[in-house]
Amino acid sequence: MEITLNHYLVLSTILFAIGLIGVMRRKNLLMLFFATEILLNSVNIGFAAISHYYGDLTGQMFAFFIIAIAASEVAVGLGLLVLWYKRNGSIDLDMMSTMKG
Amino acid sequence: MFEAVAFYLFAFLTITMFYITVTTQQALYALTALAAGMIFISAFFFILGADFLGVVQIIVYTGAVMALYAFGMMFFDTTRDVVEKRTSPQMIFGMSTLAAILVVAIFVAPIVSDNITAFYPVVEGVGNSQQIGLVLFTKYLVPFEVAAIMLLVAMVAGIVLAGKKMDRSLTLMDCDDAETILQENKES
Repeated sequence: MEITLNHYLVLSTILFAIGLIGVMRRKNLLMLFFATEILLNSVNIGFAAISHYYGDLTGQMFAFFIIAIAASEVAVGLGLLVLWYKRNGSIDLDMMSTMKG
Repeated sequence: MFEAVAFYLFAFLTITMFYITVTTQQALYALTALAAGMIFISAFFFILGADFLGVVQIIVYTGAVMALYAFGMMFFDTTRDVVEKRTSPQMIFGMSTLAAILVVAIFVAPIVSDNITAFYPVVEGVGNSQQIGLVLFTKYLVPFEVAAIMLLVAMVAGIVLAGKKMDRSLTLMDCDDAETILQENKES
């Protein structure tokens, strides 16, 4: 019952697939943001596992920078979302088709 | 043995939580399930010996990102059900193709990358936090500083975007003034 690198990579794939499903089937922008967080987290698991099994710290470094990018993405994205909601009263993706031909 | 039990337990919990996040109709359920999933993911980092990463995961994701989402959700109407997109056959086809390619790539990757050697090998005899510090402040100093500037820019952008007209409080002013401001917001 030894846990190998493949176990972690398969788990990472499953979580990534769940995030992809969320990105594709959600209509609400806030829910889309949640799905993006899932994607970033699944990649972090993969990086940490590879870093552990190859004895290399580069994977953990990448995971740190991904966390930093996720934090700033949330700050800017949520600010834009609040602004949009104040203006239009809805954060559904279908409401944003202002350039429909 | 302990590692295997912990891995399978937390894998099950994480997958369940994230599945709830992407399928539920209630925004609040999605938020709480996502926060729980983030905490469970930090358990994997602890199992893998990346203690510092696990602590950062809990502090940044559950402490900062989830709190930000919780505050942001006060602006939105979260009580009503989230409308779902009808999934089309093409989308299901694309999703399953992508997932299959990912799985194949994962099983091929260890074969292709047999001769990988550690670029920054783990230093023996010191804890994980010290190792992180040694690598982060020597090899990755410039990306670290760039990330700091990026976070500063994101903070300023967040304040500028969301903090508009926040110096006026609707609860502290008269009813008439508040009504006119609400009318203005509705018209603009």
